Formats: sequence, C-alpha cells, structure tokens
Amino acid sequence: MADNQQLFQFLLRMGDNTLILGHRVSEWCGHSPILEEDIALANTALDLIGQTQMWLELAGEVQGEGKSADDLAFLRDVWDFRNVLLTEVPNGDFGRTMMRQFLFDAWHSIMLGRLLKSSDSRIAEIAAKASKEVAYHLERSGDTVVGLGDGTEESHARMQEALDYLWPYVGEMFASDDIDAAMVQAGIAPDPAGLRDEYDALVGRFLTEATLTIPDNNWAHKGGRTGAMHTEHLGHLLTQMQWLQRAYPGASW
Amino acid sequence: MKNEWPLWEIFIRGQHGMSHRHVGSLHAPDAEMAIKNARDVYTRRNEGVSIWVVEARHIAATAPGDKGPLFEPSESKVYRHPTFFDIPEEVGHM
Repeated sequence: MADNQQLFQFLLRMGDNTLILGHRVSEWCGHSPILEEDIALANTALDLIGQTQMWLELAGEVQGEGKSADDLAFLRDVWDFRNVLLTEVPNGDFGRTMMRQFLFDAWHSIMLGRLLKSSDSRIAEIAAKASKEVAYHLERSGDTVVGLGDGTEESHARMQEALDYLWPYVGEMFASDDIDAAMVQAGIAPDPAGLRDEYDALVGRFLTEATLTIPDNNWAHKGGRTGAMHTEHLGHLLTQMQWLQRAYPGASW
Repeated sequence: MKNEWPLWEIFIRGQHGMSHRHVGSLHAPDAEMAIKNARDVYTRRNEGVSIWVVEARHIAATAPGDKGPLFEPSESKVYRHPTFFDIPEEVGHM
C-alpha cells in the first residue's frame, strides 16, 4: 500500500497537468483564429478544468488537511505545483498550441486508459469520465496537426517549428521516480516509462501523416512533475489565475 | 473571401427515432472537421446523438422569387387534405 503522501503527489501530478493546461488553453478564449476553433478550444479547456476538479478534490481528501480542490488550485505557489513543463509553456501561435495539445493528449489518452484499471476505484472512476473527453481531444488535436502539418508551406513550417520547440518537453511525461514506483507496486498507476513505446507509435503515426519530422534528440527538460524546477512561465500564469483569490481571500460567487 | 473555408450546413438528430433537423451552419476545411466543429458548436449542451454535415454549395434550393408559382396554387386545394372522409367509429383516433 502506497502511503498517502505518495498518493497525494500522484494526484497532484494528474490534477496540476489538467489545471495548468486548461488555464493555458482558456487564454485563447475570444482570440482564436476563427469562431469554431474558439468554441472548440474553450470546450477543451472546460473539460480539463472539470477533470482538475475531480483530481484535486480527491487529492485534498487524501491529504487529509481539509483542503478543497479550489484551495489546492488557488492557494499553492509555484514550487508546490506538479504539472509537467509541457503544460505551462506559453501558447505561442495557434499551431504551437495545437501541437502542445496533441503531444499532451496522446500521453493523456494512454495514461487514462491504464488508470481505468487502477486498484483505487476512485481513480478508475475519474479516468472513466475523463478518458471519453480526452479521446475526443486527441482526435481533434491530431487531425489539426495533420491538417496544418500537411497543409500550406507556411503552416507546415510553423508546425515543424512548434514540434522542434516542444519535443524537448515530451520526455518528462515518461520520467519515473519513487512515487511512480510506489504507485506501480500498489497497482494504482502504471510506470510512466512503460508508456513510451505506445506513445511513440501513436504520435509517430500522426506526425508521419502530417509530413513532420520528429527531432533526433530525445533530451528532455525536467523538474515540473517533481516540483524541482518549473519554467519562469508558471509564476506568470499563476499571477493571472490566482490573483482574485489572493486579492480577495475567500471571495466566492 | 478567397481564404475562407467552405460553409457547411449542420443537421442534428436530437434523440433516437427523430429526424435530423437543420440547426445552423459553420465553416470548416473538410467534412471531418465540419463534424468536429458541429460537435463543439452545436452539441455542447447535450443536444444530439447524430450529426450530418452537408457543404452548403451542394444544397439545391428553390428561388424566393418562385414562391408564387410554386406554393400559392396549393393554398386553394383544400380537397387535398384528408378531412372529407367519414372515418368509421371503430377506427378510433388516427
């Protein structure tokens, strides 16, 4: 049996990924290139925030300090976040946003597929609800990556640039540590490293169709999911996301 | 505009057994994306179980100017409504 502190960390990793990416995607609201994409991105952001609510609520329960999902989302500081760095990098142009979404969705769908069989029924239930949403996210982001990658000269160049920029953030999703080992032993979650082959096959299929080239180098930025070191961007994101609760503690509507 | 994606007409079936109903239109580069956009634009509040998309240019339509010859003649043909038959009691409500 994994101890509660380890389980808490695992749940933060799941919930912080969806929280931070959901917030990033929500930044597009009202700014997307066309109305249809604007609504679609807002839907994705809302799905991710909804999943966050489930992960962080459970995290608060496991932590046992009486904290709600809102407390964990709005009252922690940068060093307490456990999201992978991929989710916090700035949106860039629409192409980079969709590439980031695709690279995350592919991992997310594989991960949730494994969590459906989690020995912890609370986690399996969250995965069951989230995996349907994420299957659609992947279909949408994957097709958009193919459409833009195998599109015009300009869209292709932008998507290749996005892939080159984001690829060094992919490896962190498959880094395993003691917490992961404890999850594996308890049958709660899979070893992230064990998902890499399936990920490479899935992502490779889409990127080949998109006529894009995966960078040769598998060197990876790390530090987000362990909390050792986030990028400078997370702090800026949190000042936006948390300012209302910080300025007006306990405000609700 | 020459860079505009084509327009698609969207039809949604609200529940099993009902027919697809026109709900609006949107822009998309191809049929698959039109379906995805329709899913995101028109079914966010649990409105549907099936989506049809048709590129607007494939829909042939009557011209508004032809309204007179096309539709007015039927206004005065009350005998085309099946209201002049005596329905036997035992048939009940039809």
